[in-house]
Amino acid sequence: MTTPESSARLSRDAVAKVARLARLDLSADELDLMTTQLAGMLDHFSDIDKLDLADVAPLAQPLPLKNVLRDDVVQPGLDRDEVLSVAPAAEDGRFRVPPTIGFQES
Amino acid sequence: MTTFQSVVDIATKVADGSVTATSVLEEHLARIGERETEIHAFNLVTAESARAAAQSIDEAVAKGRPVGRLAGVPIALKDNMCTRGVDTTCSSKILQGWKPPYDATVVTRLGAAGAVFVGKTNLDEFAMGSSTENSAFGPTRNPLDTTRVPGGSSGGSAAAVAAGFSAASLGSDTGGSIRQPAALCGLVGVKPTYGMVSRQGLVAFASSLDQIGPFTHSVADAALVMEVIAGHDELDSTSLPQPAPNLTAVLDRGVKGMRIGRITDLPEGCEPEVLAQLDAAFEALRSAGATIVDIELPSLSYGLTAYYLVAPAEASSNLARYDGVRYGMRVEAPDLNAMYAATRSAGFGAEVKRRIMLGTYALSAGYFDAYYGKALKVRRLLADDFARAYSSCDVILTPTSPTVAFKLGEKTNDPLTMYLCDVFTIPTNLVGHAAMSVPFGTGADGLPVGVQVLAPALGEEPMFKVAAELERAR
Repeated sequence: MTTPESSARLSRDAVAKVARLARLDLSADELDLMTTQLAGMLDHFSDIDKLDLADVAPLAQPLPLKNVLRDDVVQPGLDRDEVLSVAPAAEDGRFRVPPTIGFQES
Repeated sequence: MTTFQSVVDIATKVADGSVTATSVLEEHLARIGERETEIHAFNLVTAESARAAAQSIDEAVAKGRPVGRLAGVPIALKDNMCTRGVDTTCSSKILQGWKPPYDATVVTRLGAAGAVFVGKTNLDEFAMGSSTENSAFGPTRNPLDTTRVPGGSSGGSAAAVAAGFSAASLGSDTGGSIRQPAALCGLVGVKPTYGMVSRQGLVAFASSLDQIGPFTHSVADAALVMEVIAGHDELDSTSLPQPAPNLTAVLDRGVKGMRIGRITDLPEGCEPEVLAQLDAAFEALRSAGATIVDIELPSLSYGLTAYYLVAPAEASSNLARYDGVRYGMRVEAPDLNAMYAATRSAGFGAEVKRRIMLGTYALSAGYFDAYYGKALKVRRLLADDFARAYSSCDVILTPTSPTVAFKLGEKTNDPLTMYLCDVFTIPTNLVGHAAMSVPFGTGADGLPVGVQVLAPALGEEPMFKVAAELERAR
């Protein structure tokens, strides 16, 4: 097993940055393990590097589906009180969240 | 092995009044009472609402009112399918206690056909895994050998049918999560063509790959459940326009004249007993009048890499919604961003975090082309390979899983070892085709082996014909 620091493919700092992007707080131990495991996977996944893909068009969706639109007519939706009753916090018919401004981004 | 009453039998007898839905349900609940503590197929058993549903079907039959095609059939649902007012957890702490405000379309359709829901089954958290050991609520055990896994991620749904807790169940299949547990538990498991079964109300894992399908003991049972759940749904924007295929009608037609593809460059790593059963399956189809055609799928083994970049990438996006605002748990923190991170870190398990990290990395600036972009190109190569192969054959036979059911804990230390379980099932999802696993003989330690029938998109009819022939031959 490679140690986190010695992995050529992935640094511990890069993993920490990805964790921030993914809104995950990882402990130092989790970060070490994640770096080792992700580096191991990326090594394995390098098998496709030997394929010549220059002229291959990407395939994002298996079947040729078209976007679906309907007439813009009001239809009954979910019951607001039922939806809010299963939310972690609600107030005055809305989801309640902590302050979004007035705090320094860490 | 114990034989349980089939879906077709139950539905026929309940509808003609020769047995009651209540008595059928009580038999299943009794088996749950005997073995569920040991198996842990369910996150929730809904005995009370099931009894009420069975009773109302019995009343309808008594009054001569028409009942649906699945009248009185006890069915279990994977716990990533929304059930109105009934806990839907995805086996994750982050959704524990959440009660959806609506039913998934498959739930509505099964209910309208008279199915009786016995409970919500355990899964690898958010369907990420191949053994059901990644559940936040503990692993499910294989009813055929409780020291072994049932496969995953729909392991609870497979175990429920294998143990006779329900006559059928639904699972979801993103990379093999129906077919592999079906193989490991000796069941029929179907991954329909992408878009054939509505995903409205299925909690999204990887949206270009996910499909819902049934687990049953027989091919005929699977065909019947498919006819009830398949067909266009305007609530799912990826739903195909086609109506449900007529599958129960094709089961007796045989395979005479059909061309069965055999992959000449099969990826390595299969147990010899599994390969021996695959050979026997080819021989059985040849005896029944089919022709075996050698085909090549040179990109097949690269499917694993493409899948483990595409699926986590899509998952990292889909699972962004679990942020402590609209549903599930919240860990309080002084500001919004800190609350998101605190909630997600406490709510997700290790495998889900690993896949979110992998997916976020594969999509991040500077790495997108090297990983996600390349994976989509490999996906195209696979689709081209299959298109070439299907110009000379109607269906393709492979093993479903390289091995029979493995021991609990055997593959949990190295995530990559676990991922390799999916090498034969993953390509189907990447190209949106149909596939199913049919039990065919036994392998090491007398455990069941599954043979996989692959078919092109909308190839369910030839697929079920071949599956039915394999069932007759086993």
